Amino acid sequence: MTASDFTIKNRHKHRITFRGLNRSKKVNRSKTGTAALTVLLLLFSIFMAIPMLLIISNSFKPQDELFVFPPQLFPTNPTFGNYRDMFIVMSTSNVPFLRYVFNSFLVTGVGTAGHIIISSMCAYPLAKKKFPGKNFLFTLVVFSLMFNADVTAIPNYLVMSKLHLVDTYAALIIPAFGMSLGLYLMKQFMEQIPDSLLEAARIDGANQNVIFWRIVMPNVKPAWLTLLLLSVQSLWPIGNNNFIYKEELKTLPCALNQITGSGTTVNIARAGIGAAVAVFMMIIPILIFVFSQSNIIETMSSSGMKD
Amino acid sequence: MNKKKNGFSAFWYRYKADYLYILPFMLIFFTFTVLPVFISIVLSFTRFDIVQSPTFIGFRNYFRLFLDDSLFPIALKNTLLIALITGPGGFFLSLLLAWVLNEIGNKTRAALTLLFYSPVISGGAYSIWAIIYSGDTYGFLNGILMNLGITYKPIQWLTDSDYMLGSAIIVMLWMSFGAGFLSFIAGFKNVDARMYEAAAIDGIKNRYQEMWYITLPSMRPQLMFGAVMSITGAFGTGAVITAIYGFPSTNYSLYTMVHLLQDYGNVRYEMGYASAVATVLFLIMMGINMIVQKLLAGKD
Repeated sequence: MTASDFTIKNRHKHRITFRGLNRSKKVNRSKTGTAALTVLLLLFSIFMAIPMLLIISNSFKPQDELFVFPPQLFPTNPTFGNYRDMFIVMSTSNVPFLRYVFNSFLVTGVGTAGHIIISSMCAYPLAKKKFPGKNFLFTLVVFSLMFNADVTAIPNYLVMSKLHLVDTYAALIIPAFGMSLGLYLMKQFMEQIPDSLLEAARIDGANQNVIFWRIVMPNVKPAWLTLLLLSVQSLWPIGNNNFIYKEELKTLPCALNQITGSGTTVNIARAGIGAAVAVFMMIIPILIFVFSQSNIIETMSSSGMKD
Repeated sequence: MNKKKNGFSAFWYRYKADYLYILPFMLIFFTFTVLPVFISIVLSFTRFDIVQSPTFIGFRNYFRLFLDDSLFPIALKNTLLIALITGPGGFFLSLLLAWVLNEIGNKTRAALTLLFYSPVISGGAYSIWAIIYSGDTYGFLNGILMNLGITYKPIQWLTDSDYMLGSAIIVMLWMSFGAGFLSFIAGFKNVDARMYEAAAIDGIKNRYQEMWYITLPSMRPQLMFGAVMSITGAFGTGAVITAIYGFPSTNYSLYTMVHLLQDYGNVRYEMGYASAVATVLFLIMMGINMIVQKLLAGKD
């Protein structure tokens, strides 16, 4: 809504009066074109859905249905056995199962809350204020979107160990506060807040804290939800990593990996439990996306990069 | 002196609130993102094994990497091959499907958006491909192909070099509907309806012309963002490959720069040399991003 006004090119201005004729929005949709696009969408949906369906259905298959020829997409005798076994196997390890669950919730929860607050605080001056160094800092943030964490794995470990953060929760939580994609999206979204709104508050004598917490933050709720999703999406699946070696600090995916194995060491006998684990892990992020999809799309409409 | 101090205190008085607001994020961002890039570049000119302090050896790591390392050409070739197929492939598929989704009803669109985005949010869900590609008759894909009579013996999707690249690319494309895809969906939704009306009057004949002349030009910022996301994703495939194909993959068929980096960093503790690998990978990613940004910005 807000972003649409500037897109009208001047040369079309005189045409706008035709809006009154209530013309159909869409021009000449040919029937063959529509059919072709529908088939394309259908094929792709099937391609996307089969692996997801297979995980879900494998998690409900009894052991004797997991390895059959020809393969079955759906279980004939669905069972909750894999879910029950998942909890049984996990509670027999040295560290209580609930400890892994606690660790995962702590890392994801604190990391996400901190990320939303710290990124929003940083995004506000970048979006709405003028200060020396602003453009340089934002350019650095955009550059940081262009490479991934693989290339900094070694120095990251050195930094962590110099700061004595290895084998602490902070090693996973603190870097999450500074995820640059979240800051980028928040800053782009905050730019849409009308300056007049902030100016009016300033004239009324509101200081920066009041403006930020009372006016800016309530207006960027869609962006919070987007940062929430992106942060949970990256923190919740964190498994074995270079920073955590103490068993009692490890997260849920580490415990799950020990049960099911990973890569070439996949424990085929536990394929059913493995699928149950995968389904268990995807519930939270999927629910967040289901309930915040429209807000996330709204945030993404301001995600664009300016030349 | 006095004047300077006044100048600084005036400066501080004016911008204090702004700098205090950006400080926490920037401190963390510099410590864990910016600083490591510089450390990596500096270490790439040293010999360093973590135990002893680094010794400066000039460009020797780079000479060894470019001239003397038989795995480097393989890793570079695989990295570029995977990135050049899955990067543009993921980008255009996201764009095409976001466009098609834009033409259908709200409820179906929301459901299909969830379906397309689900591999990205579901953490380790991609490990299901190890079961789909499994090399015995119980592997899902082999089972289907043999049941339909298309093949008569199981294909080793995970270990036969003829099939590994192709099968990996399918997994990458399955996972390519990420933040860029969501940005495209938003972009299509936000194109001003009045522009389409105006275009119809101006003589735009069909939806393909509409896409080319109206929609894409007005979505350029989203396209640039999506391109960055696609490129970064296309170079970040190391972990997925390791999870499905193992490390190292059979015959080094899917051995990428990230694997070379891990080989020297995590296995052999040659941190200086691994940093040279990291620096080369960093420069490739930044270089390709810059070129693509220039191309998209210049297109009109």
